[in-house]
Amino acid sequence: MAEFKHKDIIALRDLTKEDIERLLTTAENMREINSRDIKKVPTLRGKTIINLFYESSTRTRTSFEIAGKRLSADTVNITPSSSSATKGETLADTALNLLAMKPDIIVMRHAVSGSHYFLSKKLPGCSIINAGDGTHEHPSQGLLDMLTMKDRFGKLDGLKVAIIGDITHSRVARSNIQGLTKLGSQIFLAGPPTMMPPGVELLGNVTVCGTMKEAIQDADVVMMLRIQQERQGKTLMPNAREYSRYFGLNPENIKLAKPDAIVMHPGPINRGVEMSSYVVDGDQSHVLKQVENGVAVRMAMLYHVCGGELE
Amino acid sequence: MADEKTVIMDGAGVKRALTRISHEILERNKGLTNVVLIGIRSGGAFLATEIGTTLALIEGEKATVGAVDITLYRDDVSGQMPHLPVGKTEIPFSLEGKKVILVDDVLFTGRTIRAAMDALMDHGRPDSIQLAVLIDRGHRELPIRADFVGRNVPTSLRENVQVIFDSANTPVEVILEK
Repeated sequence: MAEFKHKDIIALRDLTKEDIERLLTTAENMREINSRDIKKVPTLRGKTIINLFYESSTRTRTSFEIAGKRLSADTVNITPSSSSATKGETLADTALNLLAMKPDIIVMRHAVSGSHYFLSKKLPGCSIINAGDGTHEHPSQGLLDMLTMKDRFGKLDGLKVAIIGDITHSRVARSNIQGLTKLGSQIFLAGPPTMMPPGVELLGNVTVCGTMKEAIQDADVVMMLRIQQERQGKTLMPNAREYSRYFGLNPENIKLAKPDAIVMHPGPINRGVEMSSYVVDGDQSHVLKQVENGVAVRMAMLYHVCGGELE
Repeated sequence: MADEKTVIMDGAGVKRALTRISHEILERNKGLTNVVLIGIRSGGAFLATEIGTTLALIEGEKATVGAVDITLYRDDVSGQMPHLPVGKTEIPFSLEGKKVILVDDVLFTGRTIRAAMDALMDHGRPDSIQLAVLIDRGHRELPIRADFVGRNVPTSLRENVQVIFDSANTPVEVILEK
């Protein structure tokens, strides 16, 4: 298998099939650490990781922090409410100030798509990991979703994956589409026309379906996306109830998918809107497995970027 | 480097050495009670399985066998560019109070053994750790020695010793490359 040579992980679009497979294999093998009594290995001793989160996050930030600590790195969290960003400091200045403290990895979440490429150019001596940028990508979520599917089905090649909801604003959907199509899965999308980006089928093996029923018919995986009120700006749907009626997953329409299909959601879930509680808490739901896999995937990302080639 | 290859032990020789090591393990530990075998990936893990099979034949009871991957415990992680692939550690049993027989194919600087011992300690507190190796080629850089040795092979630093396994992970020969 090819070696992983990237110093940054900003988008799954930038990685090859082999890179993704390497990250998933490492994550699988690192998972054992998380079930030990002593959940720590000395691998990244002496490395400093800064978690720079310009947008709110519980799951991703905690997961990256735990991942860093389990590899013995020192992790520091910076959130905008307590940082100089509120006092008007630009991203470039913040970056240079952080660099003066000699971090090895910066994990950033930012509302502006592509801001990580900017950061990477400013900081050639430091690894950058994207924890979500605007409506672009969320690679760690894409990878943990792929790991969850691989756990269940043993492979990704040939899987039928339905992604339902607000595709336009979903960086989770973009990372999944980029990664899954590289590994041979078929993607079926459904959502309100106002939330479907034009040209999305050009990304590879992607089919845009007219209705949700069409998309989840015989699916192996049904991935429900969160309605992102904070990113939509203006109203793209009449109301939550109507959305739920056409694009919500419930005990009835889930029967259209394969009997052993799994249900996924990146969280946080709006219960009763994207999914009924019956489905969220049902046997097919893999939501908590996704969170569990998140730590292992992020450990793999931190490990491999540390071995990447610095410019 | 690989100009000249000499076979220093054939398949039958390896088997005899492993059989003797198995007897020595039983003698030293007075049977298999509380004994677990843990092989270092990848060669050591294959040999641990072989020794486990031999022990079961001699004693008539199954030996517990696990495998440890030491990549995350190496002392040269930050010097590795790119980082090495991480293998799977499989120790699905407690090490508390166990007599661990750590198995590796070639004992050289001792750094791998140091890493493996650190990894084992993170899985619990064994009663003791004993080291079994097929080949001891010398040149230790740490104060480590083996309890059970298949063969001592004096080497120069420019030489390389390799245990070759077939597709079924059975050792077929040991070669010395000059």
